[in-house]
Amino acid sequence: MSIDKETVEQVAHLARIELQPNELEKLSGQLHDILGFIDKISTLNIENIAPASHILPISNVLREDVPHISLTPEKALENAPSKQGNFFSVPKVIE
Amino acid sequence: MELNQLTAHELLAKLKSGSTTPDAIGKLLYARIQEVDARVNAYVRSSGLISSFGGLPVTIKDNICTDGLNTECCSKILQGFRPPYDATVICKLKEFGANIFPLKANMDEFAFGSSTENSYFGPTHNPWDLASVPGGSSGGSAAAVAADEAIWALGSDTGGSIRQPASFCGVVGLKPTYGRVSRFGLIAFASSLDQIGPITKDVEDAAILTQVISGYDPNDSTSVNQNVPDYTKSLTKDIKGLKIGIPKEYFVQGLDPEIKFSIEEAINKLKSLGASIKQVSLPHTEYAVPVYYIIATAEASSNLARFDGVQYGYRAKADNLIQMYKKTRAEGFGAEAKRRIILGTFVLSHGYYDAYYLRALKVRTLIKQDFDQVFSDCDCIVAPTSPSAAFKIGEKTEDPLKMYLSDIYTISVNLAGIPAISIPCGFTKKGLPIGLQVMAKAFNEEMLFKVAHTFEQNTEWHKIKPKL
Amino acid sequence: MKYQTVIGLEVHLQLNTKTKAFCGCVIDFGKAPNSSVCPVCLGFPGTLPVYNKEALNFAIKVALAFNCQVQGHTKFDRKNYFYPDLPKNYQISQYDLPLSLNGYLYIHGKDEPKRIGITRIHLEEDAGKLIHEAGSSLVDYNRTGIPLIEIVSEPDLNSPQEAFDYLTNLKSILEYLDVSDCDMEKGSLRCDANISLRLNGAKELGVKTELKNMNSFKGVKDALTYEVIRQTELLENKEKITQDTRLWDAEKGVTVSMRSKEGAKDYRYFPEPDLTVFIINQMMTEQIKTQLPELPQEKSLRFMRDYSLSEYDAKILVSSKKDAQFAEECIQKYPGKDKKEIVNWLIGPLLSEANLRKGELNQLSINKDELLCLIGFVERGEISHLSAKSVLTQMIDSGKTAQALIKEGNLLQVSNESELIKIIETVIAENEKSTADFKAGKTNAIMFLVGQVMKKSLGKANPKIVGDLIRRRLS
Repeated sequence: MSIDKETVEQVAHLARIELQPNELEKLSGQLHDILGFIDKISTLNIENIAPASHILPISNVLREDVPHISLTPEKALENAPSKQGNFFSVPKVIE
Repeated sequence: MELNQLTAHELLAKLKSGSTTPDAIGKLLYARIQEVDARVNAYVRSSGLISSFGGLPVTIKDNICTDGLNTECCSKILQGFRPPYDATVICKLKEFGANIFPLKANMDEFAFGSSTENSYFGPTHNPWDLASVPGGSSGGSAAAVAADEAIWALGSDTGGSIRQPASFCGVVGLKPTYGRVSRFGLIAFASSLDQIGPITKDVEDAAILTQVISGYDPNDSTSVNQNVPDYTKSLTKDIKGLKIGIPKEYFVQGLDPEIKFSIEEAINKLKSLGASIKQVSLPHTEYAVPVYYIIATAEASSNLARFDGVQYGYRAKADNLIQMYKKTRAEGFGAEAKRRIILGTFVLSHGYYDAYYLRALKVRTLIKQDFDQVFSDCDCIVAPTSPSAAFKIGEKTEDPLKMYLSDIYTISVNLAGIPAISIPCGFTKKGLPIGLQVMAKAFNEEMLFKVAHTFEQNTEWHKIKPKL
Repeated sequence: MKYQTVIGLEVHLQLNTKTKAFCGCVIDFGKAPNSSVCPVCLGFPGTLPVYNKEALNFAIKVALAFNCQVQGHTKFDRKNYFYPDLPKNYQISQYDLPLSLNGYLYIHGKDEPKRIGITRIHLEEDAGKLIHEAGSSLVDYNRTGIPLIEIVSEPDLNSPQEAFDYLTNLKSILEYLDVSDCDMEKGSLRCDANISLRLNGAKELGVKTELKNMNSFKGVKDALTYEVIRQTELLENKEKITQDTRLWDAEKGVTVSMRSKEGAKDYRYFPEPDLTVFIINQMMTEQIKTQLPELPQEKSLRFMRDYSLSEYDAKILVSSKKDAQFAEECIQKYPGKDKKEIVNWLIGPLLSEANLRKGELNQLSINKDELLCLIGFVERGEISHLSAKSVLTQMIDSGKTAQALIKEGNLLQVSNESELIKIIETVIAENEKSTADFKAGKTNAIMFLVGQVMKKSLGKANPKIVGDLIRRRLS
């Protein structure tokens, strides 16, 4: 399985990471090698094998509908790079 | 020996008898750090030093949340993050009476790495050879313990990040069964693989620390509601009649001859102590690394999506939201983090999900079945922890794939969800530590302590310290 | 109609559990921004979700109420995308193993009720609120993590009116379950629509248009109505309809394209590793089934059977759970065997009063015993129906008893025959023409005569008795 620069760029956009041209170049090469190696698993016969989405045989973990103590807005916003009053502030969303 | 050179169990006894105090221990740790950490770089950030220690200090890896104490995963993108809550393991340590050491241990950024070279704060240097890596991603924790800059420490293990640095640094490292220890408060790398575990000077300390941090946590849906036995009771010195399996796939080309020799010697030792040795097969071993790098990166790509400059950490200057996301993540993440996030995003994306992610989940089942099969017949598995001893800083950084392949012996354990421990079992001619790995079936940490303690107490490897 | 309209609706419903889906933060609207949050719902690093048992119960209740097949094996998945109101930049939702499938509900059809399929009902969590300002956007995470269920209908609706009816019936059933406030204006119920047109008889569906930003059931209907016209025009002009998402502008009465440059979104769904699977066995669903209240359909049939109501009347009374309760209590208190009288009062004057006050039947401040007392006066002929309506209004406004108001207004009717005959004689004498008309066969003339008697008696005469007496007198 090959991965070209265009695909890497599209994936980088999905992951919201801006790549510089030299980064894109280098990364594409590295990912190409890694995927080549990973492709090993395509040869295995996996018919009738269930996927191991969860390694533990537990199910139905739930909690009671009981309130806990929430954070104060001050605490919640303590690490915020930018805030306005008790809101988190982000640059405008361009549709 | 100075207090900071002793084990936790020795110091706990001294504290109990009153012959020393936590402050005395803390002071010596600071002194040792002053003495050597400029060269070792096991610890990061130096603000918030305390003068009074309430109990025996435990060193914490920088990806475990501590209330009011910066937790940054050694990444630029999380710089300044001060969690408003304690990880469950931290709560348990505090209940036990331990002190949370105010300096956090260095690590590969977001636990992405096997050498601690991917840290925003620069690499940690192996106390046995400062030009070599300490292993990773819990390199800081392992180096600190090896250099007596810490009494004991917590690390995290997703593909070997406790065991491999423990083996590179000549200390003990254990990854508990998945679900044994709460992940609440561990900044996630791969949710279905991560576990927190102890890095210590000897097996007894590992048993004590594992005991403290284990147990059901209602805040973690993947934590198992199963009784935690008294692990110190497993510290016997008797392995007569135990059946030990040696996986043939772990002794192929690629294994350093010096490591092979040490491991074989160790196996002979175990035999002489009464265990019976048998060759076994884990046929899907060669698929473990590819499967891991699909599942772990996929989960990581999603877990790390929250680092976007909105609520905490680094935020790049930008005019609009999308630019802010893209620049923040471009400038905030290191190269390895970007590589894994993009790989993980790719294997989950439309058109590739079935061929990669879904397929990898199925192969994971096959890998687990390999272990189930072996454990139906053997009490434990013994193998090398790593195909080589510590490599030189910079030796593998240009070739990510080469770095990934060095995880070959540790990765399957995480995929199968079983526990494993690494203990010192020798040195290379150049004086670098070699680690012996013992694996057991799920929730059978007792077996690990029994075998490891028996081996340790019948050898002298754990008593040798680096000359710093 | 050359084209067939095909509509599917996606409804998101906030469940009114005490706490959020994955953490114990209280769900409390009107709270100051970011005051009902914690590290978990803020998506702080290191945090993990644990699902709310009550939310699961509520969701299963809804699934059963809509006749869905609750899946024995269900799991959560991550839906990955970046947006500031989504703290983890993924939403915990369900993809390929949703909670329930293949349900239905009925709406009013031409000849018989029409069955509308429900494809699936699944579990999700809500996002935060984004407020757009001049150069920035502000985020409030109070709403993040509130448990949602998504109800997806089959594209079985064929007109904006049917869509409206579907929503009304859906809401009515949901209200009975008491699992949500179901308020579109408050945002606890949201609706997106998918609409496409195709030539009558065509097998394949037309190109789908998604409609968003409707804030009321009427808004949904209006937006769909507009779309039908807009798309029909395009098709008639042989123009192509492209797959699009459009926003409803209620003020201007138009839909506007949101056409983004991005192609189809890639959410990269994968099973949520931080949550276990859920095994829901038959015993669990049976237990929850027993907790289901009597639903509108059942109640309507029962009203028809037990109180001899017409289907029409029954449907009006059961449309709201509280109203149905109010109505049933009135009906049960009513002493007569034939419940028609009390039902007429409920559906007539009482419902009018409720509508006038922009509220529901059950919200009227009227004491049921007093109501029955008032009705008693009417049935005994002691006050006229017209007077009674006025007394009812006053009872609600003032809280005074029927007795007191009737006395105050001097409303007691004259039903005494001898008294009435006196007035009738006077009226007949004064109105020769009308009397003659009536005698000549113009039966309507009696209305005038009755009116005159009413006038002379200052409205107090019992019109029915007056009519009978006049007829008797003149025959």
